[in-house]
Amino acid sequence: MTKHYGKSIFPAVAIGKIKVIENLPHQAIETHAENSEEQWQLLLEAKAETDRQLEELFEKTSKELGEELANIIDVQRLMLSDGDLNDSLEEMIKIDSLSAAEATKRAGKEFSEFFASLDDPYMKARSADVLDVTNRLLAQLLGQGGQTTLYDSTVIVADDLMPSQTLTLDRKKIAAFALRKGSASSHTAILAKSMSIPCLVQTDIPTSLGTESDGKDAIVDGEDAVVYIEPDEAVLSEMQKKIKRLEKERAGLEKMRGLETITKSGKKISLNANIGGVGDLPAVLSNDAEGIGLFRSEFLYLDRNNYPSEDELFEAYRKVTEAMDGKQVIIRTLDIGADKKADYLNLDDEENPALGLRGIRVCIENEAVFNTQLRAIYRASAYGNVAIMFPMITSVWEVKHCKEQAAKIKEQLKNEGVKTGEPELGIMIETPAAVMISKDLAKEVAFFSVGTNDLTQYTLAIDRQNSKIDRFYDPHHPAVLEMLRLIAKSAIENGIWAGICGELGADPKLTKSFIEMGYTELSVSPGYILGLRELIREMA
Amino acid sequence: MVSIQYVITDELGIHARPAGQLVKAASTCKCDVKVGTPENMVDAKRVMGVMRLALKQGDTLTMTFDGEDEKEAASTLENFLKENL
Repeated sequence: MTKHYGKSIFPAVAIGKIKVIENLPHQAIETHAENSEEQWQLLLEAKAETDRQLEELFEKTSKELGEELANIIDVQRLMLSDGDLNDSLEEMIKIDSLSAAEATKRAGKEFSEFFASLDDPYMKARSADVLDVTNRLLAQLLGQGGQTTLYDSTVIVADDLMPSQTLTLDRKKIAAFALRKGSASSHTAILAKSMSIPCLVQTDIPTSLGTESDGKDAIVDGEDAVVYIEPDEAVLSEMQKKIKRLEKERAGLEKMRGLETITKSGKKISLNANIGGVGDLPAVLSNDAEGIGLFRSEFLYLDRNNYPSEDELFEAYRKVTEAMDGKQVIIRTLDIGADKKADYLNLDDEENPALGLRGIRVCIENEAVFNTQLRAIYRASAYGNVAIMFPMITSVWEVKHCKEQAAKIKEQLKNEGVKTGEPELGIMIETPAAVMISKDLAKEVAFFSVGTNDLTQYTLAIDRQNSKIDRFYDPHHPAVLEMLRLIAKSAIENGIWAGICGELGADPKLTKSFIEMGYTELSVSPGYILGLRELIREMA
Repeated sequence: MVSIQYVITDELGIHARPAGQLVKAASTCKCDVKVGTPENMVDAKRVMGVMRLALKQGDTLTMTFDGEDEKEAASTLENFLKENL
């Protein structure tokens, strides 16, 4: 059995057989051709045939899957007939004497790279459309326009699928996607969501896993973002149970929408959502979250070449704040370190990134970066109910420093005549040090939010990235639970509220204990909200 | 030559679908149609160029029309922009 990790697009679980799909036709191509007029005719014929196929696919897609996906194909048809592409092909064939196939390959590369180089993430993703249509044309020129046959329940493994591929495949037989590349905005992700099937992107499935692996068993667990290839008996039976649980849950959960999260004895709990960006909002709203308990702001800083501007950050925060319409949005300030970093940040490689320059330490050391983010958050706070949360706190002085900085920024904006709100200031409790001094920390802030992933890692001295020590990792370890008890006690004694925003917050086995300890907020992935609401409403 | 300006209100900007629609609408005109910003105008009948402009919400888009049906074309496209972007 091998285990691979990725990012989950849809929280379902599926079992199936692997089908590896490789993108480019693997065939040697004659680069040059003597008779360029003949090559040009070949190209025109292939283009006409490709256009006909796309037209057919368009009709089929709009009938079966609706306008939105069909439009992808429509745009591809326009690309195929595009004047720029045509000029480029004509020049390569007639002047450079390239073969039709070679010219198509080069033009596809050139045009898709241009899209890939654009800053706009949406336009970047369009480079897949360009490659898709030129690859289809190329396959046509090489006489390889065939269909891929699937198993009855197939786990598709690929780098990413070309949009028209995802639409051509027999969808009834697709159980899940496991992609090496891709993103939340790629076509495959959109399709997976619309089909409600598990889909992982950016997985670490090695490229060496090729078509010779077709037919092997695989499980895609979209809840925990894991792919198991040739799973053992234990995993298989665990996953079968999980599938049953998810099916049952989904059926029962719809009626939880719009209801209050309150125990039978009247304890009211805020069930909030964890998000990474504006793109997660639809899931937040459709799962009826009562607020945003953790806005992981670092994603706005990663996968790019330079710092985001204040306006860019402000726009993202404002959008989320307005969409939540008065419900609280807790924005965590930049939480990066050597394990999650972007080149432009110039963070050194460290021997122990988990114990290094990360979380609030980065912000304290880089005042300008911190101030830009605080300004953006304060500006957004004029548009709704915003709170700010500082990560990786270990000492009281750090909290005082952050509060002073926040007050300074607020004053600055006031002097500039910029409107702000009154964000609550809180901290994450995720180090054993913060737990031990939680009584003192509670006097400084309006709330605590426990980051259980890091707290567990630091308490148990276990590196979560290292799968070899999985058996020593026990999220229910009595030491962790004792810490959670202590944090809640310190909060209550000082009249502030405490919540949990780590993975443990969504663990239904602990929900009752958390409420008994005194936690009044749980922030979880949107998909868990309705399930927890049902559970809490049944509690005494 | 006729020229119009329009501020994009669609929150996604000119993404793939409206780019396609814009190209289709422009292609019905006999005159030359260009779209973009004053520094960077492209042929509005070619989808790759229009998409590569990557115009966003809040950006001001300029269109120029040059040829026999330029007045008619400008009003058609102006209506298109108002309805779709």
